[in-house]
Amino acid sequence: MSELVNGRGLSLVPKSDAKQTMKDYKSDQEVRWCPGCGDYAILAAVQSFVPELGLKRENMVFVSGIGCSSRFPYYMNTYGFHSIHGRAPAIATGLAASRPDLSVWVITGDGDSLSIGGNHLIHALRRNVNLNILLFNNRIYGLTKGQYSPTSEVGKITKSTPMGSLDKPFNPISLALGAEASFVARTIDSDRKHLQSVLREAAEHNGTSLVEIYQNCNIFNDGAFDQLKDPEQRDDITLRLEHGQPIVSASKAVRRAADGGIEVVERASVREEEILVHDAHRADPSLAFALSRLDEPAFEHVPIGIFRSVDRPSYDELMATQLEEAVAQSGPGDLDNLLLAGDTWRIG
Amino acid sequence: MTKQVQQLDRVIIRFAGDSGDGMQLTGDRFTAGTAEFGNDLSTLPNFPAEIRAPAGTLPGVSSFQLHFADHDILTPGDAPNVLVAMNPAALKANLGDLPRGADIIANTDEFTKRNLQKVGYDANPLEDGSLAEWRVHPVPLTSLTVKALEDFDLSKKDAERSKNMFALGLLSWLYHRPTEATISFLETKFAKKPDIAKANIAAFTAGWNYGETTESFSVSYEVKPAQLPPGVYRNISGNQALAYGLIAASVQSKLPLFLGSYPITPASDILHELSRHKRFGIRTFQAEDEIAGVGAALGASFGGALGVTTTSGPGVALKAETVGLAVTTELPLIVVDVQRAGPSTGMPTKTEQTDLLMAMFGRNGESPLPVVAAMSPSDCFDAAVEAARLAVKYRTPVMLLSDGYLANGSEPWKVPSAAELPDISVPFATEPNDGEAFLPFKRDPETLARPWAVPGTAGLEHRIGGIEKADGTGNISYDPDNHDRMVRLRQAKIDGIAKDIPALEVDDPDGDARVLVLGWGSTYGPIAAAVRRIRKSGGKVAQAHLRHLNPLPANTGEVLKSYDKVLLPEINLGQLALLLRARFLVDIISYNRVRGLPFKAEELAGVIQDVIDSE
Repeated sequence: MSELVNGRGLSLVPKSDAKQTMKDYKSDQEVRWCPGCGDYAILAAVQSFVPELGLKRENMVFVSGIGCSSRFPYYMNTYGFHSIHGRAPAIATGLAASRPDLSVWVITGDGDSLSIGGNHLIHALRRNVNLNILLFNNRIYGLTKGQYSPTSEVGKITKSTPMGSLDKPFNPISLALGAEASFVARTIDSDRKHLQSVLREAAEHNGTSLVEIYQNCNIFNDGAFDQLKDPEQRDDITLRLEHGQPIVSASKAVRRAADGGIEVVERASVREEEILVHDAHRADPSLAFALSRLDEPAFEHVPIGIFRSVDRPSYDELMATQLEEAVAQSGPGDLDNLLLAGDTWRIG
Repeated sequence: MTKQVQQLDRVIIRFAGDSGDGMQLTGDRFTAGTAEFGNDLSTLPNFPAEIRAPAGTLPGVSSFQLHFADHDILTPGDAPNVLVAMNPAALKANLGDLPRGADIIANTDEFTKRNLQKVGYDANPLEDGSLAEWRVHPVPLTSLTVKALEDFDLSKKDAERSKNMFALGLLSWLYHRPTEATISFLETKFAKKPDIAKANIAAFTAGWNYGETTESFSVSYEVKPAQLPPGVYRNISGNQALAYGLIAASVQSKLPLFLGSYPITPASDILHELSRHKRFGIRTFQAEDEIAGVGAALGASFGGALGVTTTSGPGVALKAETVGLAVTTELPLIVVDVQRAGPSTGMPTKTEQTDLLMAMFGRNGESPLPVVAAMSPSDCFDAAVEAARLAVKYRTPVMLLSDGYLANGSEPWKVPSAAELPDISVPFATEPNDGEAFLPFKRDPETLARPWAVPGTAGLEHRIGGIEKADGTGNISYDPDNHDRMVRLRQAKIDGIAKDIPALEVDDPDGDARVLVLGWGSTYGPIAAAVRRIRKSGGKVAQAHLRHLNPLPANTGEVLKSYDKVLLPEINLGQLALLLRARFLVDIISYNRVRGLPFKAEELAGVIQDVIDSE
């Protein structure tokens, strides 16, 4: 990176002098999600976590698209922009690219980010704009009252698919890794501790961080993630991804398979040194991609945590550097000189 | 042999050849020489959308028309006096526009049997007498060029590539153009390939010398410099002027410019131009699609930038929802529509004025916004500054309409100094505006604009969005009366801009014309040229031209009603006429042609005369 940039990412966002609490981040607006919605837990987790960052509240912006989750910015006592369906990453890109002093968060859902806004999502990820994208995945359309979404399982019976949905779902983690996102993580609404630890890493990451949050819609898709919450099963299903640690659940372990891929096996059946150790900073995203495929086709085992966190320059710092370089090379722009550049002639 | 020199007051030249023959470059260089000489001028490039259509075919013909004169002129001219035809296709494609008696300089080397057959000539028109009514100058341009370059270490093919410079040299001799600028241009352009630079200069010089010595040209022509208002001039195209206007608007508004754009003909050159001026703090973002382009621009505006998106009609269609968001969140945004022939993909390199109604109404809900149109290539500069002024002062998206004709056409421009430009800066909100509270939708009583409070401003944290907002607080509101009030407030804000724009001026020298010709956008030149013709022949006609399409100048209705007849030529099927009829109940006479080409002055003069005669 050029030495012209004075710091990067979160270090460019001014810090608050005063100590902050969760209350500072609650807006005066009444929260209007359905009672029991997973969004409440995520909102509370975010509101109680952001004071830790110690940023000036006025330098935080929450941008959203359309959908239940996209109401989120109204409830944060920061700057907020509730935009239009699918376009939040595009709007946030313009904001973040032109204001490196802001901490910009995108709140989106599976329909908003993976259907109508899929294009903007993958391009934000490849550019590595300084954004934190929280993708609330409830695998259903809630605000339009219960149609299947691009993350719904095949055969989903909904109002628009009475005989079952036909299209294969996206795996948001696989998609993000395919776009070579520099930070990709998954967490779950019901595990506040894990959710907040992932958010912290996401906030501090330079560039785009994509956090998929499994979120229960108790009205149209209740129980979609019950296995992951059920005390009987969850420890066996959940493969915790922690950098430098073996990838295991209570009873399962991940190891390299004979065919070159990876596989989940009974933990008791393998020697400790055979178990794959998670490397979130691996430059090549293909192993992270392989991990993202482990939860297919059903929730037999689900990796949770940070799949990938690699350092590469963010789009906004590269853009700022070009501007600084242009000035360094030939001085700041002068309008009169610009208009008179090239062939001119004088009359009179 | 001393050759005769004839004085002319104006000349129209058209260079035509294969799209790979370098006709646009040749035209550009002739234009630069002409500008340097001090003629007034106007240009019209015309090229196929295909980058390289099959060689020698009619669809592959590219042309560049230049009109220059010893007086001020308004259009690139109706019909060429001289056609340079680099091949049979160029002759065939352009002959229809050529009045009898015009000169044709034809590259005989390309009039081979095969090339003739490609475009359907059974016999060589240079030889079969079919061109007897024109003055044909057969010149073996290709072989003369190759011969001139035989001392260079070039393949025959490479040598042939310089034939456009030979043609330029010949034409420069024929019209007494200065040569220094072209020579230094070639030296700069090929600085890294000095051999190519030398070869091109040799071809250019050989062309000049050929004119001097050949008997094929017995006369050369002089067009004296024009008497234009004193000042420093440059030649400028519409897209370049528009880009410069946006840079000027950024400087004069003290806001960093953020351009979100997706490449589209004929608007891409604005993106290219702005991306070269990062020294001004300009951020150019080539987005993944049209929607992201405008979205990023709007996001930047929210952050306190001058957000701009540039596109053509198909892109405006895609951006509509985001423009609606800008309307309801009341943020500044400039949407540049360089109109092209539609619908759908239409004819991307051809011009039209068919996006007016889309600009006005192409969004869901009641979503008024100002519409500003440029009237000449250099006027794109002023129109851009005006669009920015309205956008930031009223916190509104503004549609800025240009078109393919303005975008690629060029004319001399009296360069303004930065000091002459208006200060269009507005203050951001920094303090609560309702006791201790900040109401993001509490309006300025004069302009009805809401405060522009940008992130990073302590104490003014607020949320905006596409859902209807309560008047004042901006909180989500489904209250019926509030919605009705907000719909009317947004309309009133835009309508009120009529108080802040100049009155519609009428050009009616004797004050007794009974017919008014009204126009908007790029038709200004042809209309004004037609009006001159009518007046020259003793006719009476008034002319007025609209820069602001929404809101209209406050006196528009009064002007329309003070003439017996109002004629409105448009390159659409009567879009402005529809608006004016609805608004003012005036029986507008429309004249419409939608051929992808600008009007011709002679054509409009005939239409105006017919309307006068029907009085």
